[in-house]
Amino acid sequence: MKKSYQSLEDNPTYNMKQVIYCSLTSKMFNLCLVLLLSFSTALAAQEGDPVKGKSLYNTNCAACHRLDKPLTGPALRGVEARLMDEQGLGRDWLQAWIRNSAGVISSGDSYANKVFAEWNNVPMTPFPQLSDQDISDILAYTAEPKPEPVVVEGSAEGDPVQAGGISNDIILGALALLFGLLAVALVLVNRTLNRFAEAKDIAVVAEREKSTPLWKAFAQNQFLVLVTAIVFLLAAGYFVYGFFMQVGVDQGYEPVQPIHYSHRIHAGDNGIDCKFCHSSARVSKTSGIPSLNVCMNCHKSISEVSADTHAEGMNEYGVDYNKEIQKLYDAVGWDGTGYTGEAKPVKWIRIHNLPDFAYFNHSQHVEVGGIECQTCHGPVEEMEIMYQHEPLTMGWCINCHRETNVKVKDNEYYTKIHEELSKKYGVEELTVAQMGGLECGKCHY
Amino acid sequence: MSSNKKYWKSVEELNENSSIVEALQQNEFVEEIPTDDFLGDKESLESSSTSRRDFLKYVGFSTAAASLAACEGPVIKSIPYIVQPTEIVPGVANYYATTIADGFDFTSVLVKTREGRPIKIENNLDAASNGVANARVNASVLGLYDNLRVKSPMKGDSKISWETFMSETTSKLNGLNGKPIVLLTQSMPSPSTNKLIAEFKAKYGNVSHVSYDAVSESATLDAYQAKYGTRGMANYDFSKAMTIVSVGADFLGDWQGGGFESAYAKKRIPENGKMSRHIQFESNMSLSGANADKRVSLTPSQQKLALAKLYSYVTGVALPGSLPEALDKAVKDAAKELSKAGSNGVVVSGIQDVNAQTTVLEINEHLRSKAFDPKTTIKIRQGSNKAVTQLVADMKAGKIGAIIMNGVNPMYTLPNASDFKEGLAKTELSVAFSMKQDETSTNCEYIAATPHNLESWGDFEFKTGHYSMMQPTIRPLFDTKQFQDVLMAWTETSGTYRDYIKSVWTAGILNGSSFNKAVQDGVFVTGSSGFGANGSSTTTTTSSELQDKKDRTFLGGVIHDVAVGVGIKDEDKDVYKTTTTTTTVNNGNSLDTSAVLTGGTAARALAASAKEGKLELSLYTKTGMGDGQQANNPWLQEFPDPITRATWDNYITLSQADAKAYDLINENVANGGLNGSYVDVTVNGVTVPKVPVLIQPGQAKGSVGLAFGYGRTSKALKEEMKTGVNAYPLYQDFNAVQEVTISKVAGEHEFACVQLHNTLMGRGDIIKETTLEVFNTKDKKHWNAVPEVSLNHISTPVSSPDVDLWDEFDRSIGHHFNLSIDLNACTGCGACVIACHAENNVPVVGKSEMRRSRDMHWLRIDRYYSSEDTFKDDLDKKNNISGLGSSLSEFGELEDPADNPQVVFQPVMCQHCNHAPCETVCPVAATVHGRQGQNQMAYNRCVGTRYCANNCPYKVRRFNWFLYNKNDEFDYYMNDDLGRMVLNPDVVVRSRGVMEKCSMCIQKTQKTILDAKRDGRAIKDGEFETACSAACGNGAMIFGDVNDKDSKISALKEDDRMYHMLEYVGTKPNVIYQTKVRNS
Repeated sequence: MKKSYQSLEDNPTYNMKQVIYCSLTSKMFNLCLVLLLSFSTALAAQEGDPVKGKSLYNTNCAACHRLDKPLTGPALRGVEARLMDEQGLGRDWLQAWIRNSAGVISSGDSYANKVFAEWNNVPMTPFPQLSDQDISDILAYTAEPKPEPVVVEGSAEGDPVQAGGISNDIILGALALLFGLLAVALVLVNRTLNRFAEAKDIAVVAEREKSTPLWKAFAQNQFLVLVTAIVFLLAAGYFVYGFFMQVGVDQGYEPVQPIHYSHRIHAGDNGIDCKFCHSSARVSKTSGIPSLNVCMNCHKSISEVSADTHAEGMNEYGVDYNKEIQKLYDAVGWDGTGYTGEAKPVKWIRIHNLPDFAYFNHSQHVEVGGIECQTCHGPVEEMEIMYQHEPLTMGWCINCHRETNVKVKDNEYYTKIHEELSKKYGVEELTVAQMGGLECGKCHY
Repeated sequence: MSSNKKYWKSVEELNENSSIVEALQQNEFVEEIPTDDFLGDKESLESSSTSRRDFLKYVGFSTAAASLAACEGPVIKSIPYIVQPTEIVPGVANYYATTIADGFDFTSVLVKTREGRPIKIENNLDAASNGVANARVNASVLGLYDNLRVKSPMKGDSKISWETFMSETTSKLNGLNGKPIVLLTQSMPSPSTNKLIAEFKAKYGNVSHVSYDAVSESATLDAYQAKYGTRGMANYDFSKAMTIVSVGADFLGDWQGGGFESAYAKKRIPENGKMSRHIQFESNMSLSGANADKRVSLTPSQQKLALAKLYSYVTGVALPGSLPEALDKAVKDAAKELSKAGSNGVVVSGIQDVNAQTTVLEINEHLRSKAFDPKTTIKIRQGSNKAVTQLVADMKAGKIGAIIMNGVNPMYTLPNASDFKEGLAKTELSVAFSMKQDETSTNCEYIAATPHNLESWGDFEFKTGHYSMMQPTIRPLFDTKQFQDVLMAWTETSGTYRDYIKSVWTAGILNGSSFNKAVQDGVFVTGSSGFGANGSSTTTTTSSELQDKKDRTFLGGVIHDVAVGVGIKDEDKDVYKTTTTTTTVNNGNSLDTSAVLTGGTAARALAASAKEGKLELSLYTKTGMGDGQQANNPWLQEFPDPITRATWDNYITLSQADAKAYDLINENVANGGLNGSYVDVTVNGVTVPKVPVLIQPGQAKGSVGLAFGYGRTSKALKEEMKTGVNAYPLYQDFNAVQEVTISKVAGEHEFACVQLHNTLMGRGDIIKETTLEVFNTKDKKHWNAVPEVSLNHISTPVSSPDVDLWDEFDRSIGHHFNLSIDLNACTGCGACVIACHAENNVPVVGKSEMRRSRDMHWLRIDRYYSSEDTFKDDLDKKNNISGLGSSLSEFGELEDPADNPQVVFQPVMCQHCNHAPCETVCPVAATVHGRQGQNQMAYNRCVGTRYCANNCPYKVRRFNWFLYNKNDEFDYYMNDDLGRMVLNPDVVVRSRGVMEKCSMCIQKTQKTILDAKRDGRAIKDGEFETACSAACGNGAMIFGDVNDKDSKISALKEDDRMYHMLEYVGTKPNVIYQTKVRNS
């Protein structure tokens, strides 16, 4: 169900999540350090730099090879060790193969021919430009062990969290205990004193003076009552107003979507233009949720995210991106090679809901006005999950119409009206409001 | 005022002492809100079960509930396409050219679709030769979303699959043992269907094809066939006629299938001091009679005689028979004018009599009428009375093996439906291709569910050489197959019907032109033919050919580009080679004319056949309902008849004199509703009981009228739509004219008639009218003077700023929209009313609400009666009445002008006053003025005080008394998911308690502006349209930007005929009217 928040910071779940993520990353880091240290002996023997290797791998190899899963070519994790163990082939064979696989095959090498046949006679692209150092860097990267998220998850419930919890509890418990002891002590002291007094026959008479109690005095002072009433009413009015003004304003609305779609990855990391997918924003009143065939233009060949992205997703957002891509495949009916025809639509939850009586046209703003999508939708390229960034109230619309200038340049439609209106208002550039953008009928019909 | 006419809308208004007229003039809301009844009555207050405390409890609870409910918004799902069709962009409309051909209306149209849903019918301007979409065609899109459609093939009451249907019917067809198969279809001038039927005949042998029109034009077809050899009707082009004489032909209505009004209207606007003259002889008051310059009312039998006499006077052949003197003189005058006009004259007749139709053809030939085009055959009516009668007899005799029906409903439309039912039971196989479980299909063995026109493929030849293409605009909503698909399956023809059409067209019609282009255009014209019935004529064939045949998808494609505002790229534009071939044909004696009675024989026979009855009934079709196949369409049910302004009903129309003779009354009751007596109507022993009576000014004495299309039963209609009485049982021998007896029965019928509603507070300066003579000879101030008001005892024109209460705003910058309505070109057809419904999501309120004057029409067409010569005398007479004795008789005489009034139609919508009285009284500023001239209405701001409606001098504001959508009380079309698919997503659906009114289609002007902005271009004249101006095929409504000095509307605003309604009020409206000029 819909929840509305005043701001993101008010969203308790949001903040809480962040805390968890923080501890998770630090744990991961520690764990990796330990793992790395334990394997340091094996790494030292290879003289390659896995960090360089990673970037080389991503540029040259990643199009056809995954580390842990066969793609166009075989999975490459630990390839050198595997070759040595299974085939007795050393690095020189690998170097020859990488630089010119066709040459190795034609030389009649039996394993080379076997591999070639095994992978549908698709020759591997030759990489003569790679130096020995490059290749050893890449191999160093491939020799890195697979990160094991299971272990990570297991350890997530381990010491640090518990330690933190306990320490807080201890402090709180200790404080509570202290106050409790104090209270008991006070009672005991009081009792002892009373006993002494009794013993010495001093009557402890709680003699109350016949003065008016404070509340009565307050009630009798009409001025004070009036002031308090006014203050109370004003305060109540303020809160009631605040409550009613946020009814129907869903700023920060961030529903759980059927597919965890990350705008951060698509628009941010990959830099895909908004209108590439939301193409109807150019011509239509709706920006349009991209149909699944638009997704498949790219995701036909991108069935998995890179390991890093995957790890990032697992660690920071607790989501397996590959499973999310699989959800897309299920919806569109793609079995990895072709369409099965068994499609089921994705029921996205609409985030930006204007009421029916307000007419809004995307193309007017995006195409004619040249407004950036982010002006109304916020930093979408940073949003892991889309949320409503702006209040989308009428006042918000109107403010923008008052402040924004109409983009009249090179638009023949505006030539005449701009000339006449700018003369009338005595301004160089006209705001939307001056152009008539505050009239009721422009948005309500 | 241009003349001394007094206008009146109802006979009730002639009665100066009528309290109801007074009440209607003075009160915006006729019914008082009964607060006094309730609050003033202490007893009822005390006995009320709801105590004050209960009331407060309810109020408290509902306030709390409402505020709590408002806190939580609904979760709205957005479901994108899986694979989005390339031509669909959500939020952008696509237009497809197609055809509506339901057997009664045949029109080429454009269909506006949004997200794949057809939502509106618009005119296909390429197809102007076939007429424009009338009210019924405009409304037909709602039929697509009819919840009562048959959703799959059925056997009896149970649903079956198409496989079962095909296997069972095929085996039955094969097992008939030579017993004949009959295809009973609507008129289908379809080349492909006819070829398919021929193939079906070839395969199954003993097959006959019978065409059947519910309202027969058989006599016209017979006469034409006898004279010219082909079965069809002669074409008329009224834009070429200067003198039109019509004897009983409602050619602005459904005569010969309709579609003549655009050409007629062209010559009705005075140009260089000339306009056509139209003389109408008729008994019922029809649309044509209402538009005529001179209308002569006479009974149907007198019409026959008048036509014969007309022939006699025009040709000089003497004929027996005599008419009453006044009529004879009228006929003689008409003949004189016709003879004078010569080839500029034309005669048409709607009398369903072979002799009458032959006589008409002969008069037109004699005149060598330019408007008369017998070589272009109209093919949209093909039914033969003889064949249908024979078929029913054969069926009854058990001679027919199988009957397959498509597009017909004989159980409802046949006068001898019971015979047909009997016959149906004797057939071995009966299949009805139908969209509904209607009267016929429920009596058949199988119902083959057919798609709507908008879901089907088809091709039609409306007139010789004028082809129209039907293409689906949406995938079939239900499990349906069209007649042709099944025919193809029965004949084992492979492929789809589209492929079949394509092959037929490529082989025979296109002559090398592109099929895809024909589908895209929706129309294809092979050549236009000249005129002249005898002697030689010249046919010019212009064939256009694509010079560069580009391959492009026929769906979407260029239309899509245009729709999304991209426009056609220059390189995509088609370049045509135009070749013109001229063929001269001598057709003097080429036709077999032996069967035709010539030289006045037909006229003589016609005169002899004119038998006068005591009371003659003319059956007619109403503008809104036609033959009744769209009776389940709430838009059409609520469409006010242009003449009577009655909705949701049919009725006997009769003259005041006859009403008196039969002691029948019409009276307006306290709430403004009209009540009428009931009569039993009997023709040859067949009685239709309890028909309400509506007294119709202008109805010929001794004649009554009754409309087809009502009184339907069966599961095809919702209960609310089962209104009126069925007139088809009276349509004996397919003769629309019958001798009839009527007898009064008890009770009073409650009409939902809007004719007295929303009167203009007794103000008279509404319609300006003059005659052609005055118009041509006198200065504007004589016939279209600007009203003057007194300022410091000096008469000042109301247009002067000195007498204005408001300050003038500068409206010279940007667009400033005006709408011009030409009272000369408006025929009152009502297409604009339905177009407005479709465009603006106007709700349907139902009969009882209509009766309470709570209609929601944003656009109404007011109909005013007037009578010139006698009326002033009548007023004097009335003023001189002294004493009770004479008043009784003389008051009766006062209603004489109702005998034959003149009629003016005036479309009225919000006038978008620059100085709007409504805006100043709104307490919440919900209605304000825009710079572009629109009076804008923000519904979500309105709190429903209705002050604006009270203060509106034009009474065009409509109040939502109820929630009309998703409300079971108003189960018309906005109450089910299917019906709501017709709603225009760009216009908000209004809720209860808000005021609404015409917005001047601001959504359309805004779209035009946006498209221009996106393209970065200036807007050309003609780009701005409203729904009504786009629907008007007569050119009566012109919309545009008056700040564009070269635009048509600017010229119209400066025209001498231009006036503002109620100009003296000083509202400065943005809707302008053009003074009516009558050629009398």
